[in-house]
Amino acid sequence: MAQDAVAESGDGAASGGDAAAGKALFNQNCAACHSLDRKMTGPALANVESRLAEDEGLDREWLYAWIKNSPGVIKSGDAYANKVYAEYNQAAMTPFPTLTNADIDNILAYTAAPPPAPAATAATDASASDASSGGSSGISNEVILGALVLIFALLVVMLFLVNTTLRRIAEANGISIEKENAEKRVPVWKAFAQNQFLVLVTVVLLLLGSAYFAYGWMMQVGVDQGYAPIQPIHYSHKIHAGDNKIECKYCHSSARVSKTSGIPSLNVCMNCHKSIYEYKGNPEGPSKEDLANGYTNEFYTNEIKKLYKAVGWDEENQKYTGETQPVEWVRVHNLPDFAYFNHSQHVSVAGVECQTCHGPVEEMEVMYQYSPLTMGWCVNCHRETNVKVEGNEYYEKIHAELSKKYGVENLTAAQMGGLECGKCHY
Amino acid sequence: MASNKKYWKSEAELNPNDSIVEALKQNEFVEEIPVDDFLGDKETLSSTNTNRRDFLKYVGFSTAAASLAACEGPVVKSIPYVVQPENIVPGVANYYATSIANGFDFASILIKTREGRPIKVENNNLAKVGGSANARVQASVLSLYDSTRLQGPMANGEPIEWDVLNAAVKAKMGSLAGSSKKIVLLTQTYASPSTNRLISELKAVNQNVEHVTYDAISEDAALTAYENTYGERALADYDFEKADLIVSFSADFLSDWQGGGYDSGYAKGRVPKNGKMSRHVQLEANMSLTGANADKRFPLTPSAQKVVLAKLYGKLNGTSVGGNTSEYDAIVDKVAAEIKKAGSKAVVVTGLDDLDAQMVVLAINKMLGSKAFDVASPRYIRQGNVKALKALISDMNSGRVGALIMDGVNPLYSLPNAAEFKEGLGKVDLSVAFTTNWNETAEAVQYVAAANHYLESWGDVEFKKGHYSLMQPTIKELFDTKQFQDAVLDWMGSDSSYYDYIRETWAGGILNGASWNQALQDGVFVVNNIGEEEIADVKVGEEEGGEDTVGVSIASAVRNLANVTAGGMELTLYSKVGMGDGQQASNPWLQEFPDPITRVSWDNYVTVSRADAEALGVENVNVANGGMDGNYVNVTVDGVTIEKVPVVVQPGQAKGSIGLSFGYGKKVGMKEAMQTGVNAFVLYKDFNANQTVSIEKAPGNHEFACVQLHKTLMGRGDIIKETTLEIFNTKDHAEWNHVPQVSLNHQEVPATSVDLWDSFDRSIGHHFNLSIDLNACTGCGACVIACHAENNVPVVGKAEVRKSRDMHWLRIDRYYSSEDTFEGDNIKKDEFDGLWGEKGSLGGFGEMEHPADNPQVAFQPVMCQHCNHAPCETVCPVAATSHGRQGQNQMAYNRCVGTRYCANNCPYKVRRFNWFLYNNNDEFDFHMNNDLGKMVLNPDVNVRSRGVIEKCSMCIQKTQKTILDAKRDGRVIEDGEFQTACSSACSSGAMVFGDVNDEKSKVSELKESNRMYHLLEHIGTQPNVFYHVKVRNTNEA
Repeated sequence: MAQDAVAESGDGAASGGDAAAGKALFNQNCAACHSLDRKMTGPALANVESRLAEDEGLDREWLYAWIKNSPGVIKSGDAYANKVYAEYNQAAMTPFPTLTNADIDNILAYTAAPPPAPAATAATDASASDASSGGSSGISNEVILGALVLIFALLVVMLFLVNTTLRRIAEANGISIEKENAEKRVPVWKAFAQNQFLVLVTVVLLLLGSAYFAYGWMMQVGVDQGYAPIQPIHYSHKIHAGDNKIECKYCHSSARVSKTSGIPSLNVCMNCHKSIYEYKGNPEGPSKEDLANGYTNEFYTNEIKKLYKAVGWDEENQKYTGETQPVEWVRVHNLPDFAYFNHSQHVSVAGVECQTCHGPVEEMEVMYQYSPLTMGWCVNCHRETNVKVEGNEYYEKIHAELSKKYGVENLTAAQMGGLECGKCHY
Repeated sequence: MASNKKYWKSEAELNPNDSIVEALKQNEFVEEIPVDDFLGDKETLSSTNTNRRDFLKYVGFSTAAASLAACEGPVVKSIPYVVQPENIVPGVANYYATSIANGFDFASILIKTREGRPIKVENNNLAKVGGSANARVQASVLSLYDSTRLQGPMANGEPIEWDVLNAAVKAKMGSLAGSSKKIVLLTQTYASPSTNRLISELKAVNQNVEHVTYDAISEDAALTAYENTYGERALADYDFEKADLIVSFSADFLSDWQGGGYDSGYAKGRVPKNGKMSRHVQLEANMSLTGANADKRFPLTPSAQKVVLAKLYGKLNGTSVGGNTSEYDAIVDKVAAEIKKAGSKAVVVTGLDDLDAQMVVLAINKMLGSKAFDVASPRYIRQGNVKALKALISDMNSGRVGALIMDGVNPLYSLPNAAEFKEGLGKVDLSVAFTTNWNETAEAVQYVAAANHYLESWGDVEFKKGHYSLMQPTIKELFDTKQFQDAVLDWMGSDSSYYDYIRETWAGGILNGASWNQALQDGVFVVNNIGEEEIADVKVGEEEGGEDTVGVSIASAVRNLANVTAGGMELTLYSKVGMGDGQQASNPWLQEFPDPITRVSWDNYVTVSRADAEALGVENVNVANGGMDGNYVNVTVDGVTIEKVPVVVQPGQAKGSIGLSFGYGKKVGMKEAMQTGVNAFVLYKDFNANQTVSIEKAPGNHEFACVQLHKTLMGRGDIIKETTLEIFNTKDHAEWNHVPQVSLNHQEVPATSVDLWDSFDRSIGHHFNLSIDLNACTGCGACVIACHAENNVPVVGKAEVRKSRDMHWLRIDRYYSSEDTFEGDNIKKDEFDGLWGEKGSLGGFGEMEHPADNPQVAFQPVMCQHCNHAPCETVCPVAATSHGRQGQNQMAYNRCVGTRYCANNCPYKVRRFNWFLYNNNDEFDFHMNNDLGKMVLNPDVNVRSRGVIEKCSMCIQKTQKTILDAKRDGRVIEDGEFQTACSSACSSGAMVFGDVNDEKSKVSELKESNRMYHLLEHIGTQPNVFYHVKVRNTNEA
């Protein structure tokens, strides 16, 4: 919000364009290759107009021509155009013939506005206030609990005092009740131990109970539901799939055609991260939980740097150095080797949502194993899920015959033969 | 009363005063137990902090800790590509068309790669020539991952850089320029247009360069005969599909004769169509794969074959041929009559290493105008020149060779006069050997250049005139290796790579405007307009040779042949289907591959006839642990003796002849387990596979690893059903394809109509069946290796195979008849009457265990029959094996507890038990214990652990993949898409796999055929694998 205000205040500073509209246009058309304050695929664009006017003596008309048809300008032999072209590895700038002069005015107005004030101060302010407010509510809970504990302790002490006082009075009166009772009564545990039936029942119950728990414990051996290992690069599915709504299969593309969903290779990351070099976070700044975990904007930006290091991207010169360090991700979902699972069967053929098995990935800051991945879990789903036969010529005949045989409208995967051992174990 | 008995411990007790008796009363032992000796010093023992209790605590703790630690799952790392290649999707296989051309095997093939690793060889169905991969080619992918491969160039046993090697060669070539000393390239046969061009360019640059081609197993006689007749050094091609009568003199054309690859054409003619099939007559000494498939086989020694061939020529030509013996006249008359009747539909071939014989055979085919005989487009895949090689060796010894550069050859192993060659090598100034593995020649040369495997190389092949094929790398070089051609380009000072060079060659003279990319994708390219030119060429050849001179030389050749006399025992050297010329001797799949005829793996041996064996006093015996033992003999040819060669008594071996195979006995650079057999090349005098030999018994017993001990069918005609073409054509199929009958309610009904179980409805969805035509199956064994590769079948080694613990999911049973024919066996068995007497079954069955001296032979591939009513499924206590709706008998390895009930209850004995952990186990030092060898494993199939049963799955991973692909595309599956590893490897068309619920499929048509039968039909297992009755063409002219 603060930036917007600044941008708007700069409205018309030099150009007479609308900086707010310009910002939208800039993000839409230019941001993939240009930044305001930073060299990327193309040069930094802050105050580009005045820079060009001062250094090169080029006017707005030149910019119109360049933006609308940069290859044409290069071809015409324009000195500066060719210089820029050569400087940036001969990466031709996409021509934007659809932009009107007014649009370009707006964009230039946006670029002419002073670079946005770093949001960090605002963010830290906000986070500080958040932290203090969060802290006070925490203390109040503790105070209540502490008070309760204190009252309880007082009650105990009082009870003890009353008891001793009464005992003294009784002593003073020469009465002793306890001893008489003690002689007559058999202790409960002894009575219990003497009753063979009760002992037997208890032992049987104990054995059954422990067997139940032992079985339960053993059955979870090797089931790693909730397994959330620390990864070499803190990759947040929440930011990518949740906040930015990137389709799962954009990165995990082989899930469509292969048995593995595939961990994206680093060049896929670089499709976006060539231009996204820092994490700007929410406009409101990091949430308090994020901060509690240390997930500040700097933290995330630092993770992007790790990616650059791994893929060998030289940010300064916007070049690949060729020195790569493949990332050793820790595998979260481990099926045993003797179970064959094919992603494309489920994703492309059956149209199962990724979330059905992997859970709300778009909410996972740290990826974890959502489903148990046990055979029982697979089998249950195969029993309950109908096969998606619509529009698939392969299924036409078999569906007609099988649904007649079973007398059902929709066939489950199990009825289609999805429970046969050999379908997954070979 | 019992208390009265006294038990004596020793006779010392007889004397009550003996001190020992007294001592024994007090102590259990007379002498003090020397506890100190093994508990050590008492002082240290008492002063130690670790007493017995502590020790037990430690043991307890560590056991508990280990078991707790085992509960923790391992951390698995996943490392994606940094930049993923565009055409690789992890988990999806890519196929590339390439060729193998290693000097012995030439084939146009497809390579399946996963994540960039070649893992499987498939046939290239686009190739009309050389498109079938034999067992060795199927296995060649494992040789890529051989852990004994050379990892870089070496000089005098030390690793060096390529620059050093190249500089040395260049310097030498420079210094030899203009000198009288020769630079000789001694290479394998390339049959490569680009390499030929490259070498001729090198010759143009250096005038003293000479190229000598050397085939370890030579076809020099056939090449020279062809050259004499047609003016080009090549081999005539044959299309056996077009022949109605095939007469073969020792030509093992179903395995490696003249480069092999004839089986698919042959098999097509062997399947009876419209009441017709080809007839095959074989005259040979050894029982070869080809002879085993023949309708009529005459066991004759090589010298006898030559006489018969000469007389046959005379008979066909109408001239009388002299010669010494008339004992073969009956054979000659028979064969000649048949050939005359077949006319141009007959073809005669020979594998005799004899120029005269080869000349005569070419003349006969020309005379017949044989339609199967093709000289318009001859084969180039054998080029070895014995004369040039002999000249080279003498040049080397007389110091006339300045530099010797070898590629793809190992003369110090494969030359009979290796010692002479070695001596000459010492006199050569510079010697370089390109080789993939450290071998005998590498030991003796100055520079060892580590060569690429063919799957890492570029190349091209011209199989026969006009039929080209390309070789492309399917993986980057695993080690610091280089291919010969790239090195030559470097020496010539060229900057271009061999790839560029090939493109240049192809653009220049081959493609003629056609697309290079298309040719590369197909792997094959045929120049169409070659035919007319060709015929003209042939005519030129004839004119050059001159009709008369050829005629004269034929007459003298016939005379020579007719006068051949036997000079004692005759040896025929041959190459085995599994080992070939021995290039891939370090390939464990091939070592474990059982020979189709003897079914012996991990060995070579002398084959002798029964009569000769008895005369020599040698025998084979089966011992108690299921192994076969054999005696040793010493084999001597012309003063050269191989000692202690084991003997296999071979039915069908011509009396007075013995056989021995090439390819074994390699020692240098091999793992110990792979050093099997003896080297037969030392007997290969003058590159003639037929030698006069003397043998004598040697002491000792050899332990064979033979997978089939029982040799005969014992008259059980329902296992391999056989009939003759005559009966097949004239009688009802109930007669020759009899369904066994059982008695139900006192009525004879077909056994298939009675069942213990209620049948499931199998008409919905896919129902897979595998059809095996016993007429088309030649027993070549390509399917065995294909199955090995596809299904990660482990190699178990010689000792385990000997104990019948081989793991092959698919075996090819070989049966001999004990009478002259299998029919004779059936009749003999049916005529048994009572236990004793002349027709008694007790003695009779004993006799039937012995194969006849010239038996009929039958092959039968047997894998899991996938019974619909499977006996194995009902006995599994844990339901680890169960039946799928698609007809597959499924095996869940992770469920199996290893009771082996299923294996015991299987009537076909196809289930295999993992007696040991065969992977990651150095006791089984083959390929699954090292990272390199494990790269060949198929990632879609489990690697089984110890203690579980495994068996043929009908390649469920392949059928499932086909189904999934169709589902993803939303389409119906076409016939032919479903394949198993064996059916797709079968180039003879014997194995057809598919969905019988698809009425249009080939397999459902085959199932309806009246030749169809199931194995052991009477036990009611209702298998999903079926066979076709074998028909023999016994129609004599």
